[in-house]
Amino acid sequence: MIDVKNLSKSFGDHLVLDNISEHIYPGEKVVIIGPSGSGKSTFLRCLNLLEAPTSGTITFEGTAITDPKVKIDAIRQQMGMVFQHFNLFPNMTIQKNITLAPVQTGLMKQEEADETAIQLLKRVGLEEKADSYPAQLSGGQKQRIAIVRALAMRPKVMLFDEPTSALDPEMVGEVLEVMEQLADEGMTMVVVTHEMGFAREVGSRVLFMEGGHILEQNEPHEFFAHPKCERLQSFLDKVL
Amino acid sequence: MGFWESVMAQYAELNAAKASIPFHISMLHDFYQSFIEGDRWLQYLKGLGVSIEVTIGALILGIILGVLVAVVRTLHDQQRPGQSNHLLSLLNALCKFYTTVIRGTPMMVQLLIMGFVIFSASRNLVGVAVLTMGINSGAYVSEIIRGGIMSIDPGQMEAGRSLGMGYVPVMRHVVIPQAIKNILPALGNEFITLFKDTSLVTVIGLRDLTKAAIQIQAKTYQALMPFMGIAVMYLLVVMFLTWLLGILERRLRQSDRR
Repeated sequence: MIDVKNLSKSFGDHLVLDNISEHIYPGEKVVIIGPSGSGKSTFLRCLNLLEAPTSGTITFEGTAITDPKVKIDAIRQQMGMVFQHFNLFPNMTIQKNITLAPVQTGLMKQEEADETAIQLLKRVGLEEKADSYPAQLSGGQKQRIAIVRALAMRPKVMLFDEPTSALDPEMVGEVLEVMEQLADEGMTMVVVTHEMGFAREVGSRVLFMEGGHILEQNEPHEFFAHPKCERLQSFLDKVL
Repeated sequence: MGFWESVMAQYAELNAAKASIPFHISMLHDFYQSFIEGDRWLQYLKGLGVSIEVTIGALILGIILGVLVAVVRTLHDQQRPGQSNHLLSLLNALCKFYTTVIRGTPMMVQLLIMGFVIFSASRNLVGVAVLTMGINSGAYVSEIIRGGIMSIDPGQMEAGRSLGMGYVPVMRHVVIPQAIKNILPALGNEFITLFKDTSLVTVIGLRDLTKAAIQIQAKTYQALMPFMGIAVMYLLVVMFLTWLLGILERRLRQSDRR
């Protein structure tokens, strides 16, 4: 579904991603873990070109999105993204936050978008917040809304950039629950996270990144039970 | 005999007798000459009208120029390194030159140059004044707007773009509305400064409020009433504008409530 070939990214002299090749298959739930500064967020942000790769190609469903001629907006409409800091639009109500993109991109008429928004809000149990503003919500609620906002575009794949890292510990659960539900429905997901429990339970494949490389990957059971490389062993020792 | 006639008669009588004139009689006499005689208050009103006309014209021109310059400069600064666009670089250099020159020279000098050098043949003084002040204001407004756009978390643009919206719709619906809310006090301040600075257009011979007072002072030889009078008029207009801006700010704050 997403094919990454020889992806490199550097900020000035600093090489963040070093020649990464990887493939993400439909329906997969790929979880990326690793220490901070390992390039995992940059890798994720390259997938929808929020970061422009320095070299390499990324292909989404047969379209080389790194080609400058490709209309990136049309590709991004099919790739939802959830950010660490939610990035809800504070100047709009929750309802408007969710319906803005579907209406602006011509995917839906306002009425249809409103209906979709209500349905999605019900799904995450926040339908009574439709007319609230983001400032009135808790962190967990904001992140659930951010997920809903991305889902309103009916994406084929969802990218999560440390979705629970900015949350109070007691709010992490409600967000992970929504993500698990999404995974159960068969959504293709790429998740950068520090939640090892989530990686083990929900992931179909776990990648370990360090220094701009994918050092090790495996299905979660093996990954956590028998880490092969030393760096991963010491990383898991520290976080588990 | 009406009130004013009796005051004036009393004043003339005392003056002829070379007697000392009571304070209130002298004040009333000055007031009459400065505002009422020959319907001079109409002159102030007309002047005020011109001042407001120039302010509104300059404000509109200033905001249009300011937004354009701010967008060019922000677009240029947000370019990814290595992907520079020559046209954009040229426009950016032009915008920088504009803000540097306009902010680096006094408005009075700009008015003199526009009025007596560039448009010395023009008789449309209001047009010259609007153009000069609008160009001047645009330089300041562009920096205010640029600051406002930069004050918005880049995550807002990223979130919008990640949903598949283009640069312009995200700017229009997400970034600019938040930026405007942030810069409204500064923009209001600029608006008020602009209104007060219209008094400078006197130098190109435009009959604004200040010019009206100067002309009346030249006729009556009385400075206190006309100049204090226009000070009060400027103040009242500014207070009214401040009040209006306060209402607008409270409107825009709606989304901040918890």
